[in-house]
Amino acid sequence: MNDAVIELKDIRKKYRMGDIEVNALNGISMVIQRGEFVSVMGSSGSGKSTLMNILGCLDRPTDGEYLLEGINVQSLSGDEFARVRNRKIGFVFQVFNLLPRTTALENVELPLLYNREISLNDSKQKAMDALTRVGLKDRMYHEPNKLSGGQQQRVAIARALITSPSLILADEPTGNLDSRTSEDIMLIFKELNESGITIILVTHENDIASWAGRILFMKDGRITSDNAGKGHYRKNNGSLLSGGNGEET
Amino acid sequence: MKLTNTIKIAFKNLIKNKMRSVLTSLGVIIGVGSVIVMVAVGTGSQQKIKNQIASLGSNLLIISQNRERTGGVFLSGDTNRLTLDDAENIKKYAPSVRWASPFIQNGAQVIADGQNWNTSVYGVSPDFINIRDWEISDGSFFTEADNRVKKKVAVLGKTVADQLFPGQDPIGMTIRVRNVPFRVLGVLAAKGKNSFGMDQDDLVMAPAATVMTRLSGSRFIRSIYVSAWSEKLMSTCETEIKEAMRISHKLKPGQGDDFTIGTQDEIIQMATSTAVTLTLLLGAIAGVSLLVGGIGIMNIMLVSVTERTREIGLRMAVGARGKDILMQFLIEALVLSIVGGLLGIILAVIISLGLNIFTSINAIINVGIIILSFLFSGSVGVFFGFFPARKAARLDPIDALKYE
Repeated sequence: MNDAVIELKDIRKKYRMGDIEVNALNGISMVIQRGEFVSVMGSSGSGKSTLMNILGCLDRPTDGEYLLEGINVQSLSGDEFARVRNRKIGFVFQVFNLLPRTTALENVELPLLYNREISLNDSKQKAMDALTRVGLKDRMYHEPNKLSGGQQQRVAIARALITSPSLILADEPTGNLDSRTSEDIMLIFKELNESGITIILVTHENDIASWAGRILFMKDGRITSDNAGKGHYRKNNGSLLSGGNGEET
Repeated sequence: MKLTNTIKIAFKNLIKNKMRSVLTSLGVIIGVGSVIVMVAVGTGSQQKIKNQIASLGSNLLIISQNRERTGGVFLSGDTNRLTLDDAENIKKYAPSVRWASPFIQNGAQVIADGQNWNTSVYGVSPDFINIRDWEISDGSFFTEADNRVKKKVAVLGKTVADQLFPGQDPIGMTIRVRNVPFRVLGVLAAKGKNSFGMDQDDLVMAPAATVMTRLSGSRFIRSIYVSAWSEKLMSTCETEIKEAMRISHKLKPGQGDDFTIGTQDEIIQMATSTAVTLTLLLGAIAGVSLLVGGIGIMNIMLVSVTERTREIGLRMAVGARGKDILMQFLIEALVLSIVGGLLGIILAVIISLGLNIFTSINAIINVGIIILSFLFSGSVGVFFGFFPARKAARLDPIDALKYE
């Protein structure tokens, strides 16, 4: 328990939508250890996006405590928040979010531009390494519109990797990809996880979720099921992993 | 983020939208260009007027009658007490005066050898050609002795000589001005047209005393032209002349001067005041176009912020702080305005050179105004870029990432 990447204690998030107060998160408590591969599942409106935003330091909870590598991030200023996102977290999005008319290499370099401690030469070398790691060594100077969907997502993964983050947050990373390409992407995630990177992945596809060693189900802002410690790695995709209680329909 | 990185990113983004960047900068290019050209043309015309007046002669002072007023009515004519003696006295009592010449001007019909020409007849002393920097191209000028004995001699301007004696040597010939015969002593070297387009060679010079008795029939002269020995002596000269004139006019202490001493600077100031106003006006109008250029930058930056909302969200997600985003957009606006400003300066220099070479308009580029308009264009970029940049920096990364 002493190598927790994430510790959440009774996290609550309230939104005001006009006169109505919406409780997006209703007391989430959990611990994610270093090196875990966690899937978060749930229907839309279950609060999984809100949870991801809070985990990714893009949003602050209304109540509760969030420790990221032991640091209480609520007490951080806006600039420190940005620094945490820059150094500790890698994001992978459903729509890739690559900069258009910008080469793969420059897209991957982007997070390092916001890190003063890394020189331009170093960042270029790191970007090349990251692209090589996701198998795009020969596509470094291609712009996103010259790359397939799977290749674009791999560039995005390389971008998340480049800062050697404590954790990678992937929000529906295969949502825009066909099943074969999805598998390629999941294989990359699996390899990264096996090399020690903590991965949290949001999805509503059972097939994708079953790649993870731990699956969280969410409903109405609460975690309704968590197979922490019980789950096992599946070596190849196929049947639904036991542990989920089948809430996702 | 490092500033060099920010600048690099700004340039990259602008290059990605070449056409848009060029069109946006065009507002500033035209603004800066027109400010500089307008001021250059204004300065040029001021300079032209100054040269014109300087060409009247160096270290020049002009003494004329004091336009006394009584109850709001100009008492002209009668109050004029300038005489030939005054000119003599000035030369005698004011040691810093190098040359002094009386000046009378009469319009007259001049006839010679069946030819006929309407011109100005100047009554002057031999000092006049030194004061006004005239040269004799043929023959000689009349002397102080000629002036004293009211000799009927004249020196012709080039135009008059050509009109009255086409293809002939006018020296020794006789011209008749209002039926008074004058013997031609010499011809003045041509000066050409002045900047107002007036022919400076269309004149006849004759001894002042002769012109007064034979032509104008007046005891009084219009003005006295004086040239000081040096520029440093100008103010001494003015005091001395004033003293000399008061003695010459037998003015008692406490009595006001009945004459005015005009210096060249005063004349220049008077003559250029319109040009100065015009320069300011033209510059101000051009400044408005620079302002409009700035609004163009703001407009395009706002469009750019909306268009790139997702990009801003992504940059924030990967660690850009609000101030990094602010700087990025601010620098983009600044690059647009500064590059526009530089191109505007180049354009203005080319246009000014073109005006000087191909037209009679005189444009003088002023380094001060170049620096000023360049700084102004930079501040336009900061001023009009700030609002869009702040808008970008204040975006919520979650909303920005979801923006369609």
